[in-house]
Amino acid sequence: MRHHRAAGGRTIAIGLTAALAVTTAGSVALAQDPATSPDPALAGQSLVISNWAAYMPEDLPARFEAETGVPVTITNHATNEEVVAKLLAGNSGIDVAFMSGQFAQALTEGGFLAAIDHAQVPNIANLYPEANELAYDPGNTHSVPYAWGTTGLCYRTDLVDAPPTSWYDLLTPAEGVSGKTTALFTQRWLMLPAQKALGFSANTTDPAEMEQVRDLLLAMKPTLLAFDDTTFYSRLVSGEAALVEAWDGWCNYAIAEGADVGWVVPSEGSDLWVDTMTILESSPNKEAAHAFIDYILRPDVHSWVVENISYKVPNAPAMAAVDPAVLAAFPNLAMTPAELLQQESLVDLGEDGAALYQDIADQIAAQ
Amino acid sequence: MGRLLLLGPGLLYLTVLFLLPIAAIVGISFLESNRFGQLRWEVTFASFERALDPLYLRVLATSVVIAGITTLLAVLIGYPTAWAIARLPPRWRLVVLILVVLPFWTNFLVRTYAWIVLLNTEGPISGVLQGVGLIESPLQLLYTPGAVIAGLLYAYLPLMILPLYVAIDRLDPELREAARDLGASRARVFLTVTLPMTLPGALVGAIFVFVPSLGNFVIPELLGGGKTVMIGNLIRDQFLKTRNWPLASVLALSILGILLVLLILQSRLSRRYAPVSHD
Repeated sequence: MRHHRAAGGRTIAIGLTAALAVTTAGSVALAQDPATSPDPALAGQSLVISNWAAYMPEDLPARFEAETGVPVTITNHATNEEVVAKLLAGNSGIDVAFMSGQFAQALTEGGFLAAIDHAQVPNIANLYPEANELAYDPGNTHSVPYAWGTTGLCYRTDLVDAPPTSWYDLLTPAEGVSGKTTALFTQRWLMLPAQKALGFSANTTDPAEMEQVRDLLLAMKPTLLAFDDTTFYSRLVSGEAALVEAWDGWCNYAIAEGADVGWVVPSEGSDLWVDTMTILESSPNKEAAHAFIDYILRPDVHSWVVENISYKVPNAPAMAAVDPAVLAAFPNLAMTPAELLQQESLVDLGEDGAALYQDIADQIAAQ
Repeated sequence: MGRLLLLGPGLLYLTVLFLLPIAAIVGISFLESNRFGQLRWEVTFASFERALDPLYLRVLATSVVIAGITTLLAVLIGYPTAWAIARLPPRWRLVVLILVVLPFWTNFLVRTYAWIVLLNTEGPISGVLQGVGLIESPLQLLYTPGAVIAGLLYAYLPLMILPLYVAIDRLDPELREAARDLGASRARVFLTVTLPMTLPGALVGAIFVFVPSLGNFVIPELLGGGKTVMIGNLIRDQFLKTRNWPLASVLALSILGILLVLLILQSRLSRRYAPVSHD
């Protein structure tokens, strides 16, 4: 989901706010055992990691190197498409790449990702059992989940007559809300509201179903203020928008700015998106890459995501380590893994499915 | 040899950064790519067929209309402006000309964001109109085709004013005086003397405004809210998001084709109305 990172500055600002509000400096600090010595298997290895900007702590590379002796270089990508392009351009030099699950699935099928050796990632035991049965990669054979969540409606409680409950509240907005809604434009989430409202799978590749999805979205388009992937939460704060389709973590950005903002997963259901960590088949530094993923999965490291950018992580002790004040402040963080798993996991659509979605998206854009 | 040395840097620059990329785009347009964006080295016309889909043609038509309206408005606003500037005392002319290009000293994105602030429903324009009672509810100016045209016009108007100013400034006042002395009305002088002789300047300005407007994707995205899509947006998305470079190349070539036609038209018309060799 994260193109996120176009809003990097904002994200950091919110992170600071959250960190101040919580005053749990200790929970983020590294619990480093001074007795640990660098693993000889990692000698001479180094890592290049591609991630969305501000999606992990800035000092993480330094902390990891201090402990393991492995130097880490970070490069950023803005979208899944961008990181896929970088990886496939050849000689990317990237060892570890963060990407959404359905993209990891496609790259695994293309033979670009290395198998994850669970023996080298003992902290993988920290994952919720539910995080081991994700449809894009059951058993996490080629990817390790980093953050997960869902998509729903984020709204100004003072600007809507009644709290929304259904995707139709966005697709056919009430009179007072019409012209004050935004929808996501990244393909899978552009389709999602109509797919769920019509009772279809979020992974459907049936052309007849997708035509109905298109027609419903075309009818919605004139009621929209705009399609918006990156600034919808600030529109909520300013009151320019009253109801927006939002990835759950992003709704929190509006809440963090003090607006009267509510959050709901519509009754027809939604998606389960997962951002994952993957190791490139081409990487000559696979041991260091495994060690890095294992390091991330430490509760004290992984909980940073929750406390600073308000996404849920699939890591049980990391969630338990989060300050209860943070969990209380942001409604989406209260969703349990079981509740998340009731949503539909996004999987890769395959070559024909991707072409179908592109065609439908173009038609919606052009009309 | 000396001439070659002088031309060298420019030729090298144009070859490497202009001709080679265009050659690459032409080449890629005959290939196909898989969903990872990797090219298959087989010659095919598939992307050309796909680009003829009414869907893409409609976006192209919308883009031409939006860029055309922008150009027309730029002429209507730019002509009297350039005329007035040419009439100023010389020392004021420079000041005003600097004012015309002054916006270019500010970042393009910042200026476009300023329009978002101006036009949004909570913004000053809607607010003032409500305040004086002209409208009852907030006005939705932003995220409409009109907002896109306003943004394009604002961004490229100076490119219309400058060549028009040059053309008007060069106009020999004695020609107009002669026409007046021979009994032509002011309107007739304008239509039969002034307008034809400044037309080449207007045509250059029209090309300068139309071409970047046609290919623009930033302004439609920011001021159109993703609801008004121009051909530039499609090209950008096909290159960066879908990673369908062949289709993106074909769409890019369509703009190049329109540009070539316009340049030929412009040179034909300019030659006909060129002040010196009137035939």
